[in-house]
Formats: sequence, C-alpha cells, structure tokens
Amino acid sequence: MARAVTSRRKLINTGIAWAIGLLIFFPILWTILTSFKTEAQAIASPPLFINFDWTLENYGVVMERSNYARFLWNSIIIAGGSTILGLIIAVPAAWSMAFVPSKRTKDILLWMLSTKMLPAVGVLYPIYLLFIQLGLLDSRAGLVIVMMLINLPIIIWMLYTYFREIPGEILEAARMDGATLKEELIYILTPMAIPGIASTMLLNFILAWNEAFWTLNLTAVDAAPLTAFIASYSSPEGLFFAKLSAASTMAIAPILILGWFSQKQLVRGLTFGAVK
Amino acid sequence: MATKASRSAARVMMAPAVILLLGWMLVPLMMTLWFSFRTYLPLRGGDLGWTGFDNYVRFVTSSAFWPAVQTTLIIVLSVLVITVVLGIFLAMLLDQPMWGQGIVRILVIAPFFVMPTVSALVWKNMFMDPVNGIFSHIWRFFGADPVSWLSDAAMPSIIMIVSWQWLPFATLILLTAIQSLDSEQLEAAEMDGAPKVQRFFYIILPHLARAITIVILIQTIFLLAIFAEIFVTTGGAFGTRTLSYLIFQRVLESQNIGLGSAGGVYAIILANIVAIFLMRIVGKNLDN
Repeated sequence: MARAVTSRRKLINTGIAWAIGLLIFFPILWTILTSFKTEAQAIASPPLFINFDWTLENYGVVMERSNYARFLWNSIIIAGGSTILGLIIAVPAAWSMAFVPSKRTKDILLWMLSTKMLPAVGVLYPIYLLFIQLGLLDSRAGLVIVMMLINLPIIIWMLYTYFREIPGEILEAARMDGATLKEELIYILTPMAIPGIASTMLLNFILAWNEAFWTLNLTAVDAAPLTAFIASYSSPEGLFFAKLSAASTMAIAPILILGWFSQKQLVRGLTFGAVK
Repeated sequence: MATKASRSAARVMMAPAVILLLGWMLVPLMMTLWFSFRTYLPLRGGDLGWTGFDNYVRFVTSSAFWPAVQTTLIIVLSVLVITVVLGIFLAMLLDQPMWGQGIVRILVIAPFFVMPTVSALVWKNMFMDPVNGIFSHIWRFFGADPVSWLSDAAMPSIIMIVSWQWLPFATLILLTAIQSLDSEQLEAAEMDGAPKVQRFFYIILPHLARAITIVILIQTIFLLAIFAEIFVTTGGAFGTRTLSYLIFQRVLESQNIGLGSAGGVYAIILANIVAIFLMRIVGKNLDN
C-alpha cells in the first residue's frame, strides 16, 4: 500500500459496514429472536429485543403439531438425493469434457446451460401430467429426479471449471506409467478433484433445499419438504408470530450454516465460472 | 494427446448427462407446444381439438396480459437497479480495510440462503403486517398511520422483499470482481491526483462492467420466474400478477391448459432472448 490506512478511516469503515450488515441481517435475527418469545411477547408494542422470557415452547408446539420431522426428512432426501444422483451423472460428463475436449465441447456446455434457462412455468403442465401418468406426483423419487435435472447443468459446469484446473501433464504421466482409464479416474483424478466435488455438492444441496416452484407444485402431503411446510403458514397460522418464527428458524438454520462455508463456491457456481 | 479409445470412452461418459438433459428439455417443450395449439380444458371436457393460433391471440389480447407484462418489467427492472447500485456500493465498502470483515460479509450474504417461502412470510407478517409488524411499530412511533403494505403498496413491498433476497448475490459477485482489480492502477491514479469520483468512473466501473453484465443477466433469468414470493404474499392480487404468475393461474387455477401453454411459449421465448446474451459472455470466457 502506498499510503498507510489511518485507523480513523478504518474505524469509520467498520462502523458503516457493521451498521449496514446488521440492517441487512436484521430480518433473520428478528425471526430467530421472536422464535424464543411467547405469542404475547412476539406482538408486544413496543417490540421486545432481548428483554423477554426466553422459551423453547414454540419449537415444541411446531414439532408436535406439524410433524416437522417428516418435512425435514423430505427436504434432506430431496436435496441430498438429487445432489448425489446429479454427481453420479455429472462427474463422468465433466471429466470427459475437461480432459478429452472436442470441437463440440463448448457448444455442448453452452447448450446444457441453456436448458437451465427454460422457465419452469412454461413446462409446468407437461411435467405435472407426466408425473400423474408415471405415478410420481407427490413422491420423493419424482422430486429427486426433477431437482437433479434442473441443477445438473450447474453441477456439470462447476465440476468442469474445477477439473480444467487440474494439470493435464499429471494424467499423461500416469498414462505413460501404464495406468488404465479406471485407475486414472480413481487414483489420480478423484483425490485431486475432491475439493471441487465437495463445493459442488454443497452449492447444489443449498439450491435444491431452497427451490420453491417445483416443490410447491408437485407435492401435496407425502413428499412435501420444508418449503411447503413454511408455505402452509401463509394464513391464518402465520399470524402466530412466535410459532411462524420457530418454524422458519428450523427451516433455514441448516442451510444458513452450510451457506456460510460456501461463499466462494457460490460465485463460481452461479456465474458458470465467468467471475472468479 | 487424446487417443481414439479415450475419445469413445469420453462419449460414453457424456451420454447419460446429454440424453437426460435432452429429454428434460425436449419432451415438456414439445408437449407445451402441442397443448398451445389445442383447446384443452381438463375439467370442462378435456381435449377439444385443434384451435390454431387462437390461444396465442387470446393470451395476448386478454385484459390481464399487458398489466402482467408491465408488472413483470417493473419488478425486474426495479430489483436490478436496486441490487446493482447497492451491490456496487456494498462491494466497495466491504473491500475496504475494517475490523470484523469476515463477519460483516456473512451478515450481508445471509439472506441469499433463506428459502423464498420463509423470506416472503417473515416480511409479510413480522414486518409488513399493518397491526403487529415492525414497520407499523415504527410508523406509530413517529405518529403516522400504519400502512397495509401488501395491499396498499403491494408492488414496492414485493420489490423490497425480492431485492433483499438478491442483494447478497449482486454484492458477492461484484466483491469478487473488485478484489481482482489491480490496486497499483488505483494508486497510480490517486498519485496523479485523480479525484475519487473520477477514479470510480474511469477505473473501478469499467473493471466491473463484465461482472455487472453477468449479475444483470443471471438475475433477470431468475427474476422473470419469481414465484414463491408472490404465491405466499399477495397471490397475484393488488397488481402484483407477473407474467409467470398469470401463466401459473391459467394452468393450475383455471385449468385452461391450451391458453396457459401459449403463455408458456411466450415466457420461453422471452427467457431465451435474455439467455442468448448470457451465453455469448459465458462462451467468450470459455475460449480464454
């Protein structure tokens, strides 16, 4: 640095940044705080910040009344299942495009990306109809497949950008030493690609967890995940602020924590490697 | 050098992904196209045969169409302006030296990880509720009458909720771009006496141009399709019915599949126009 930053300037930056950061985070903070209040305290005027009787009662009520565990389980199965299935299909595809590129590789990648741009509402009825015909409506298997398909382009793209950073010389050296394709994949590529695969998994899990078009439209009772669980609070139960907050906190907590670990990967995954 | 054997192996490895995506794209697309040319009312007689371009004409001439287009454009443009402008400001701020930078970053990014149904409901009830919402407390504190946000000011409310969700995305990407800026260039400009405003417009902004374009394109694609935020707040009432929500209502609520499908084809064309520009940028990046 040409000029040392004065600590006064640093202090001002810190003050502004923290104020804005807390303002942006406030709705989440407020939801978490409210979840520990009684219903009366939740709507107290003026609002109570931390000077209330903390209680876990709402969490108990929500879990008892709405079978939270089943929604949570559905979310985990749908997000986890689609991620794993997606990886199984995407790893070989991304591998072959990164290490055995042909003239058409770029076109194929761009085409895959374009399938992501298809507006869901444009194909809602066909998918709905196919789901009824195949008996997949309101089934976890059906949603796992749909989530996998809508995120497959992102998975392939992310893996592709990671794989491309693995130097090809290492693979050539292994081939010279007589490694077969299978050995090359298992012993050389996989260990080097694990960080990339892990971040891809993380981002995909988050995206699938929060997806709220297909999960709302293709489920009713059996396969409904947390997005639908929360939507069921739209009215009139939503007027019970403390319970709504407890339910919301339970729905977002796992992903908020995972998300904090995935900030950098998020940029790469969501811009298809165009911003690094 | 790739051998012939590895080439054919590569093809085999790529096949499942290509076939699945091809099916995922073509089958529903063909069905939507098919339905869009038919009179299809599942609850009122089923498939009643060909109707040519009637659905396309009816969709565009219905009284709900232009307001929906207008609503869509207002939401997309407003959210883009808000998130990009504030995003640039926040990215520049977060790039400055400060204490607890990592924590502030986490606070700013957090809304992106909140599922849309949660953020819509939390805003709707705990902030915008005319009796018990935080805003009504603040309004009363200053002696003003509380506002029924989601009915009297439905559009600004939706725009605010959606902007809150997408600001982290814009900030995060612009911050990543700003951090790749060569600081020597900035320092040289500073030493030459270029004022802050000029440094911003001649060095920082041009450097961010590509990242801004990408933020705009990606957000446009997602914003054209926002659903849960409207579904759980206004349900499309009070002038918040977007094009995609209108199509959703035609298909699932009024069960007019032909009409909804024609709308769907319009939505697909619209999204593709945006997508072409995004592809160009991403494609260029692939060559490097």
